Amino acid sequence: MPDELAELVAAAKAGDRKAFDALVQATYAHAYTVAFRLTGNEEDARDVVQDAYLRAYRGLKRFRGDSSFSTWLYRITANCASTQLGRRSRHRHEELDDDAPLADERPEIDPELRASAESDRERVSAALLALPPRLRAVVVLRDVYDLPHEAIAAELGISEAAAKVRLHRARRKLRERLFPLRAEATGEEDARAV
Amino acid sequence: MQCEEIAELLPQVVDGLETADHPLIRHVESCLRCQAELAQYRRLLRVLHQLRTEVIEPAPGLVTEILAELGEAGERGAIRSLLSGRRVAYLGGLAVAAGAAGAAGAIVLATRSRRSARLAS
Ligand SMILES: [Zn+2]
Repeated sequence: MPDELAELVAAAKAGDRKAFDALVQATYAHAYTVAFRLTGNEEDARDVVQDAYLRAYRGLKRFRGDSSFSTWLYRITANCASTQLGRRSRHRHEELDDDAPLADERPEIDPELRASAESDRERVSAALLALPPRLRAVVVLRDVYDLPHEAIAAELGISEAAAKVRLHRARRKLRERLFPLRAEATGEEDARAV
Repeated sequence: MQCEEIAELLPQVVDGLETADHPLIRHVESCLRCQAELAQYRRLLRVLHQLRTEVIEPAPGLVTEILAELGEAGERGAIRSLLSGRRVAYLGGLAVAAGAAGAAGAIVLATRSRRSARLAS
């Protein structure tokens, strides 16, 4: 599969539009998944993916192949998602308070699912969606998609130090949400603004 | 070190405990509470990593929309390259067009002069 992608990339770089279309066909579901995990909703995810492919298409000549095409595309997607989230938060006047406790507006996870080891992924996915977008972006890019800190910082337009701080906050909030009994034992930490 | 200090550091050392400070490692080795918390972080990271292979299927139509938008962008790009990259051919075309327009203008003038000549007579 990766070889196939590399061939398509080479053909697309040489100006073959059909090859780029085939690249889109081969990667769009994954790109959408990244966009959805970053933005947390379908509508934004679709916009972000469209935007990302347009930019990938225009910037294809600059793709040197030192990372995989997927990684390159994920970086562009992250950058587009960051722009989109910035737009959204300005429009909605959302608070950008990373330290606010996780809102529990989402329906409580089914207790039976909670007990099942198989549902770990579902629980973590749900917990990701409940994170503030700025924290979610960093933990998704680092811990799910394995992007290096400097790439994350570059695409989100923040310093590497800030990216790390957000990552650690995000991990902590996720742990507290996923293991609530434990969170009670250390509950006083919630109140402290880091 | 106190458990509270350790708890603060666990989210950053979970993916690189070997690089953590010795006092931290010593504490975790001897403290069940912090061990339990570290295990939770490890489990969290493991599951997060598993999400990488998961695909959330978009509602139908997305790929069509993307390709349509790329098609439009491609056409705009083609027009741009016509205007810049093939300027010589384009200017040549302009000259031909101007020539044609000139010829047409001459015909108009001719008919006009003929008409005015008729009017004059
Ligand atoms: Zn301890």
